[in-house]
Amino acid sequence: MNKQQQLQKLMDERILILDGAMGTMIQEARLSEEEFRGELLADHDGDLKGNNDLLVLTNPKLIEEIHTAYIEAGADIIETNSFNATRISQSEYRLAHLADQINEQAVCLARQAADKAEERLGRSIFVAGAMGPTSRTASISPDVNDPGKRNVTFDELADDYRDAARALARGGADLFLVETVFDTLNAKAALYAIMEVNDELQEPLPIFVSGTITDMSGRTLSGQTAEAFWISIAHAKPLAVGLNCALGPKELRSYVHELSRASDSHILTYPNAGLPNEMGGYDETPEDMAAHISAWARDGLVNIVGGCCGTTPAHIKAMAKSVAGIKPRPIIPAPPALRLSGLEPFEVRG
Amino acid sequence: MSISRFINIGERTNVAGSAKFKKLILEGDFPTAVEVARQQVEAGAQMIDINMDDAMLDAEQAMATYLNLLATEPDIARVPFVIDSSKWSVIEAGLKTVQGKSVVNSISLKEGETAFKEQARILRRFGAAAVVMGFDETGQAETAEHKHDIAARAYHLLVADGFNPADIIFDPNIFAVGTGIEDHDNYAVDFLEACRLIKAKLPHARISGGVSNVSFSFRGNNAVRESIHAVFLFHAIKAGMDMAIVNAGAMPVYEDIDADLRARIEDLLLNRRDDATERMLEVAEKHKGGASAAKKADLTWRKQDVEGRLTHALVHGLTDFIDADTEEARLAADKPLEVIEGPLMNGMNVVGDLFAEGKMFLPQVVKSARVMKQAVAHLLPFIEEEKRDSGTSTRKGRVLMATVKGDVHDIGKNIVGVVLQCNDFEVIDLGVMVPAAKILDEARKHDVDMIGLSGLITPSLEEMTHIAREMKREGFDIPLLIGGATTSKIHTAVKIATEYDGGVVHVTDASRAVGVCGQLGSAQLRQDYIANIAAEYADMRAKRDEGAQRQLASYDEARDNRLQIDWDKSKINQPNFTGVRWFDKYSLDRLADRIDWTPFFRTWELHGTYPSILSDKLVGEVAQSLFDDAQKMLAQIVVEQWFQPSGAIGFFPAHSNGEDIILSHPDTGENLSMIPCLRQQMQRKQDRPNLSLADFVAPEGYGDHVGCFAVTAGPQVEVRARRFREAGDDYRAIMTQALGDRLAEAFAEAMHEDVRREYWGYSVDEDLDNEALIAEKYQGIRPAPGYPACPDHDGKTLIFRLLKARERLGMDLTESLAMTPASSVAGFYFAHEQARYFGVGRIGEDQVNSYAARTGEPVSIIESRLRSGLAYSNNHQQSA
Repeated sequence: MNKQQQLQKLMDERILILDGAMGTMIQEARLSEEEFRGELLADHDGDLKGNNDLLVLTNPKLIEEIHTAYIEAGADIIETNSFNATRISQSEYRLAHLADQINEQAVCLARQAADKAEERLGRSIFVAGAMGPTSRTASISPDVNDPGKRNVTFDELADDYRDAARALARGGADLFLVETVFDTLNAKAALYAIMEVNDELQEPLPIFVSGTITDMSGRTLSGQTAEAFWISIAHAKPLAVGLNCALGPKELRSYVHELSRASDSHILTYPNAGLPNEMGGYDETPEDMAAHISAWARDGLVNIVGGCCGTTPAHIKAMAKSVAGIKPRPIIPAPPALRLSGLEPFEVRG
Repeated sequence: MSISRFINIGERTNVAGSAKFKKLILEGDFPTAVEVARQQVEAGAQMIDINMDDAMLDAEQAMATYLNLLATEPDIARVPFVIDSSKWSVIEAGLKTVQGKSVVNSISLKEGETAFKEQARILRRFGAAAVVMGFDETGQAETAEHKHDIAARAYHLLVADGFNPADIIFDPNIFAVGTGIEDHDNYAVDFLEACRLIKAKLPHARISGGVSNVSFSFRGNNAVRESIHAVFLFHAIKAGMDMAIVNAGAMPVYEDIDADLRARIEDLLLNRRDDATERMLEVAEKHKGGASAAKKADLTWRKQDVEGRLTHALVHGLTDFIDADTEEARLAADKPLEVIEGPLMNGMNVVGDLFAEGKMFLPQVVKSARVMKQAVAHLLPFIEEEKRDSGTSTRKGRVLMATVKGDVHDIGKNIVGVVLQCNDFEVIDLGVMVPAAKILDEARKHDVDMIGLSGLITPSLEEMTHIAREMKREGFDIPLLIGGATTSKIHTAVKIATEYDGGVVHVTDASRAVGVCGQLGSAQLRQDYIANIAAEYADMRAKRDEGAQRQLASYDEARDNRLQIDWDKSKINQPNFTGVRWFDKYSLDRLADRIDWTPFFRTWELHGTYPSILSDKLVGEVAQSLFDDAQKMLAQIVVEQWFQPSGAIGFFPAHSNGEDIILSHPDTGENLSMIPCLRQQMQRKQDRPNLSLADFVAPEGYGDHVGCFAVTAGPQVEVRARRFREAGDDYRAIMTQALGDRLAEAFAEAMHEDVRREYWGYSVDEDLDNEALIAEKYQGIRPAPGYPACPDHDGKTLIFRLLKARERLGMDLTESLAMTPASSVAGFYFAHEQARYFGVGRIGEDQVNSYAARTGEPVSIIESRLRSGLAYSNNHQQSA
């Protein structure tokens, strides 16, 4: 059985656990500018502190430790530290030329942590090649006075994502995770590129897609409802679709419910540890969060759960414990229908 | 979400089809071009077709620029786009700017299979549906057979390549008829026949087309063209056409077309006679004015002075001239506000007087409100301008209204809101499902003079009590109004008024609301009024306490006095299937015929039985007019498929055990679920039993069954209603909801009939007309949780689970167990010939304890769910 078949089989059997926040853990390490630069970029012109993805090259040990901590806490799937590893995002640090290298190395580190753990723990660990939204949006204008303006095009995004996907596949990722989708058009560019790359691969990799509902309006930043978002990306036939970031489990529940009702893919969700407090931190305790997540599991809403901003291995551990033994959400094929979307879903059935 | 079967695609954002749009794009006036799209969506287009194919344009650039602009307009971008071009590069440019899933118009086999498959493959990477033209290497298909053959070939190529068949939309070419060329006479017939073939043979594929082609020979005569389009669509939809690029707003309703003209059009389209074209030409000129010309007959009222005209328009609900008349009044007045305070308020006072005298009725008042709104909207910009100088108002008070948390029903609340606004109250409507905290926050924020709460389901009573308690806790002193179908004066007096000291008033209906709010809004009258009501309620409480202890039978006595059916001699009917069956779309046509109109009139506060209400001396005229409007909208609902009713039924092996009904799995026989039932506990004399639903089901070993159902008119009801409301048309918004509710009830009735005659099949020969059906002259019952025979709303949770109503029907339950969409019905089926409706009535603590033990829920939870039926007070959990 290859890795993809194993993943399929495990998803039928139980609710899988995704890891928690990488950024939060890096922040806790309180690295200095020098530690971000490492020897590699000691002389780089411009600040690099905060460029978390770069750490796979300059401080690999820390990243591998974080992966290991999440695996020990119970994660079945770990995300590579490559959220911003596109040329577009890295160009903000003038490191566009390192994007490929970061992606490949990010997978290698995760792979290394996973392989060691598999031997030690005797269970399969999957590496998800993370692809973030980039720092630009293809369907939102950067200038309020010029609504038709765009600072990035579909083709530019697709080119970047294509290289990122190739590098992640090269490094040995088990699946692609297009995550924190603010603007569905960016995600569509990523999926367009991934579908091309999958055609090049001998064994195409499964795709996970996770959108972000930015506030209680129930919409993505680009204005779509959760169901419209699903319809817009369903053509990529993702193995799992979900929601992450921006909201805590309490706020996110109804949108996870909406998505779960609309989609016949597996449902993935990894909320923040509550809403940010006044200091920008996250307060929801592992126990509080696990209580919400286990209720979702009991209500048959989810197949894969994990954490986003503010979550730690303790959160993942509590979550894993709270969903153990609860059946995963069954997949009921949606009746055939012409499904279209603008900001809202449009379905023609019968 | 919209799930109507026939879809209008807006056609005006097309440089090839609209000279105006083309001019705007060529001149680079994109902002105005965006407004064209907005008008299309506002006029009801469910998608918009965008085409930039013009020799003078850089079409790729124009497509991208225009779509980028539309993306930033939420009112427009909410609908899917149809990216329309004959150039592939333009289509790709469009797809690269759209985040949603679009339709591409079009691809075809014109350039052969390789190019066709390659384009389809690219579409799959973008995620788009495709219009496939009836075009192949040999040209455009004209005959039904050729159209179908091309479609079938394209379909199989696409599906074999992994294209989702549901994403294929065929355009089998609509060509002009009536050209005088004999070869063209059968074009429409060929199209219709091709539709039928495609629908029969190519599953899940859709059919679209550009309708205006068909009437091309009659250009210059738009009235006749629109009639031809309406008739063509009527037949094309029946043949399976799903969508069309069409100016839907311009078309007459099929039924409204002159019968002779309609027959001639049908002769032409259906190629029924050789001289059909000549016969069309004979009458075309006569109908040039259009169907609407005749209606505007009597305009004598236009001869009155402007004040008289405004009053006439308000009383008769006419909006045709309201902008012009309001403008005339404004020019004559010193300040724009004077138009509102003067002529318009005078007109509304006439409406108010007529309403109070019973000479006008609610539907008309709502129409008057629509006219008033439009006039005020016209004046508003001028008033804003003047705001610096003056800020006066004759406002009688500010009322905050909300349907409480857990409840989604708001027809009644909307009616009250409109009536209050007509009477010069400012209304802040927070909508439905509003939590207590929000109601109180908003009340404070807007400094309102009173709060009105509405609710239709019994758990809402509990929530209202909670809000009253919260108002007290937070130190409010403004009056609280209670209204809605389940509320009552006695409940308000006993449960709510005791929780809050600022004045609690139950309002029976909309016509009373003005009076009540008027008293409460007046500083002089308010204190006396509240004191009087408080005294009246105290009196009611005292009387009730005396009667409350009226004897109940003990639970044990009631059980001994159960209905005893002799099961050995009883006929036990076997359903024709067990398990669950879903109905994705149910014929609206059939439901329309099944409507019980009496409750419809009650919604509008017109009391009487249909059909005699139509000839009632007092309300007959209004009822008839309302009925006509309802029929008109109903026809539209059916023809344009506004709603998509869906439902489910299920039958399960069942046996009774005391007051419980045990359901078992149809295949494995394992216990599946339990329906806990309640039993009447009133003292009975002679032979009358204390009934429980469980009495109608045989005990173990008889092979009996119980069924359940859930049906909904669909979520589109609310969407439509909201759209009307947002457009300021409360009349049609309320009408939509009222008809949605009626259709859901009709659906429950129709489904029950199907169950009796077919699915359970115990009354195969039943043949009753609608009146007999409404009078329930049939065997078997369909009691709904929350209604008298099973007052516990929690039965819905069980039904939803058994029928997968959430997953399969998109229905849901609020935390108070109200169903969404609101136009829904759910219940159980009992088939035994002795099964009948009854009310459980009040029950004692002994039964509640038993019920709680059987359901495994705490007594306090059961008490709160059954509160209005408790024969004892349960003060031990008031603090919850």
